Amino acid sequence: MPNRPNCPHRTLNDMRPGHRARIRRHHARGAVRQRLMDLGLMPNVEVVLVRSAPLNDPIELKLEATNVTLRRQEAATIEVGDDD
Amino acid sequence: MTERRDLLVALAGQQNAGKSTLFNALTGARQHVANYPGVTVDKKYGQYGDTEGRVRIVDLPGTYGLTSFSLEERVARDFLIQERPDVVVNVVDGSNLRRSLHLTLQLQEMELPLVLALNMMDVAAGRGLEIDPQRLAARLDVPVIPTVGRRSEGREALRAAIRARACDHRKTAAAVDYGELEPAIGALVEHATITPELAAVPARWLALKLLEDDAQAQRQLRERLPAPQAEALLQEAARRRGDFETQARLDVADHLATCRDQTVGQLLAGVVERREDRPRTTLTERIDRVVLNRIAAPAFLVLTVFLIYQVAIVWGYELTNYTWPLLAGMRELVAGVLPDAGFLVDPYTRALGLWLVDSANTLLNYVPIFLILFALIAVLEDSGYMARIAFILDKVLHRFGLHGQSTLPFILAGVFAGGCAVPGVMATKGIPDNRARMATILTVPFMNCLAKVPLYTLLLGIFFVEHKALMMFYISTMTIIFALLVAKLLTRTVLRGEETSPFVMELPAYHLPTLGGVLRRAIDRTWLYIKKVGTIVIAVAVVVFTLLHLPGLSDARMADFEERGRAAVSSFEQAMAGNAYDWVATAEHITPLLNYYNDYKRAKLNASGAEGSRAVKARFERRNPDYFPLVAPPKGDRDARQASRELRKLSSARKSLRREMREERITSSILGIIGRGMEPVTRFAGFDWKINVALLSSFAARESSVATLGVLFQQDEDQNATLEQRMGEETRAGGATALTAVAVILFFALYPPCLATTVMVKVQTGSYKWMLFSIVFPTLLGLGVASAVYSIGVATGSSGIEMMSWTYFGALALLLLLGLFTGPGRRRPVALTTAPEHG
Repeated sequence: MPNRPNCPHRTLNDMRPGHRARIRRHHARGAVRQRLMDLGLMPNVEVVLVRSAPLNDPIELKLEATNVTLRRQEAATIEVGDDD
Repeated sequence: MTERRDLLVALAGQQNAGKSTLFNALTGARQHVANYPGVTVDKKYGQYGDTEGRVRIVDLPGTYGLTSFSLEERVARDFLIQERPDVVVNVVDGSNLRRSLHLTLQLQEMELPLVLALNMMDVAAGRGLEIDPQRLAARLDVPVIPTVGRRSEGREALRAAIRARACDHRKTAAAVDYGELEPAIGALVEHATITPELAAVPARWLALKLLEDDAQAQRQLRERLPAPQAEALLQEAARRRGDFETQARLDVADHLATCRDQTVGQLLAGVVERREDRPRTTLTERIDRVVLNRIAAPAFLVLTVFLIYQVAIVWGYELTNYTWPLLAGMRELVAGVLPDAGFLVDPYTRALGLWLVDSANTLLNYVPIFLILFALIAVLEDSGYMARIAFILDKVLHRFGLHGQSTLPFILAGVFAGGCAVPGVMATKGIPDNRARMATILTVPFMNCLAKVPLYTLLLGIFFVEHKALMMFYISTMTIIFALLVAKLLTRTVLRGEETSPFVMELPAYHLPTLGGVLRRAIDRTWLYIKKVGTIVIAVAVVVFTLLHLPGLSDARMADFEERGRAAVSSFEQAMAGNAYDWVATAEHITPLLNYYNDYKRAKLNASGAEGSRAVKARFERRNPDYFPLVAPPKGDRDARQASRELRKLSSARKSLRREMREERITSSILGIIGRGMEPVTRFAGFDWKINVALLSSFAARESSVATLGVLFQQDEDQNATLEQRMGEETRAGGATALTAVAVILFFALYPPCLATTVMVKVQTGSYKWMLFSIVFPTLLGLGVASAVYSIGVATGSSGIEMMSWTYFGALALLLLLGLFTGPGRRRPVALTTAPEHG
């Protein structure tokens, strides 16, 4: 599916602190995608947005066993499902 | 198996799995660090002996997987494929098995003989996890040894398992079923196994990598096979990849990752149990609620920077007051061994020898500061706060092409005032984004290193007595403005093509650093500094010495000085006539006596307190009882008192002659000629040749700029003015103004890093090209800025402080403009337009 502006899918970038969501799909490719998956941001994994940095970017996520930080730029490439 | 057999063992594992700690536990103190060929990744190796032979261990870089996307992974992969170690110890984080086992499965696919070190069992227990190692071992068909690296627990069991696995020639079986991709894998495996050139490469692994479209595997295939054969195999892989992706509407790499993740899930079912009686919030979470709080975070950060500054720079500098006498003592020792000084001209071996010792001492003087700085970095790294610093500041730094982890190098190099670019450049190692790392390396030298401060102090003392505080504020905050602007410029130009990677990293749980670990790293890094920098600086010191001494004084000038020297000696001889000590007024005694006198004066100056002063006296009396009354006349001995007075006069005449000779020599030296030759260019910045020479010699070490100026603005015999006064008078007489000083300050702020730093740039970038760039670019930039400011100032008739303010606020405005109105890069749209076609 080619990129459509205002595509209505929710991404990690749209989450608020304290919210919980399940990762659906990556929209990044290559090294970025690999790196995100390496750190445990795999499809179907549940994440909680812990906080954003004092200047709003990057954000901190809580995964099953670790906490991971990433920039909003990359967070916007990770599609998430609704809170469960 | 009883024969003696030496083993090669590789330690592989993810970052933060405690690999280095386990490596230390296994090998003890016998470690070495080298570079992998052609890249700047550290290759750490060490060894230990067991009953059957030596075991050599290579600590591979920490990697999450074995793709070809990052340098570390490529290096680790190449090592495993090419060296085929006897055993691979896969260090996994027991508290995060779910993520760790992905690498394990990939290592199995490479058919490597594995031993699993189930590390950080203490952390796992702390999180309420119960792990069954036997069951995991049975499922993976790999020996599993529980360890706690920090306490060396499980070390012997691990060593035994390594030996046992090496003697066991079983093949490692792959554990992952890739479902719908299996037919494609099977076909490629078949193709590969009938190709004799590929016998040494694990077939299933190769098939997977080719299906994954892995660039490095493709390259290796082309190297091993004749072109038509390689292309045929690559085309088949491409076709099968295409078929799979259209059919499954899924990327092969994603499919592989998902299958592995499922396998990991199956492996861990029933192996890891979580006790739910643990509190839901960990200590780390509670600390972070305070430390990463929106309002408190900047305060904690400022406090940390202040503490580093206070402990390392302020206290470390005080510590050098205690270590300096040791270095001074070493100089004396060398001076004693070298041939004695002549009356006017010293033997070359003496002059060069002392020059080398002085150059070395200048660098060694910083060792206490470095030890403390490096220990503090180790504490920050091990505690986990370092990652948080990056988290807090990434946004600002990223705007200018830098990275959250650029903060530490800037702090070390002296963001505000006082630091050193060498540890700053060394600390860039951990920045994962290559472009940001290069930008950091090239801008770190703009910080205010400790050695720049004396020149600033000198110039402010001469030209800005009224505006000292304001100028100091400008100077200390201007550096970061320049660094950010230059980083932005470089990122958009020369560094454009460099590899970047996303900012994705773990925020590890807080740990209490261990004393041993911190000390080891502090000492290792300091030693690296001494070794790498020391040797080169000595070499260049010889070159600078030569440039300052050649061609030397002309015979006519020399004869003139000798004449004046003889006149001073004969007036001493006349004055000594009839004195009880007149036997010293002979050619054979005069020079040794003068040297003795100088040594004594210097020793007295270095001695502390009445106690030390007495010791010096006793030492010199022992050294030469006949000369002693002349340097320290006994009470009531009038002849000795008079002789001592005459001696002082002669000594000061000799000193001033020597100083005059030195100035003439420098003026006519090669460096002096170069300095003069540069005047037509540096004129626009208002620099005369003396300043040029000082700036040139400051390349060897910043400190020497003030020292050289001291020589060039030498004082007359009876004048006892400070360098500030002398330089102020002379330069004002020569038409220099505060505007010149501003030009010099701006140039010095942007000037190329000192030699030691450029050596470190070479080490960290692995290229002479960048080292050269780090010298040439700042020189041109500095000269450009200094010339512009000076010329505009002259044209508009502005004062120094006015031009400084204009420059400062101009740069600040540019910075804010860039920071507010330009994005960090153009990756976001790219990432979205390349969204996969499926779904």
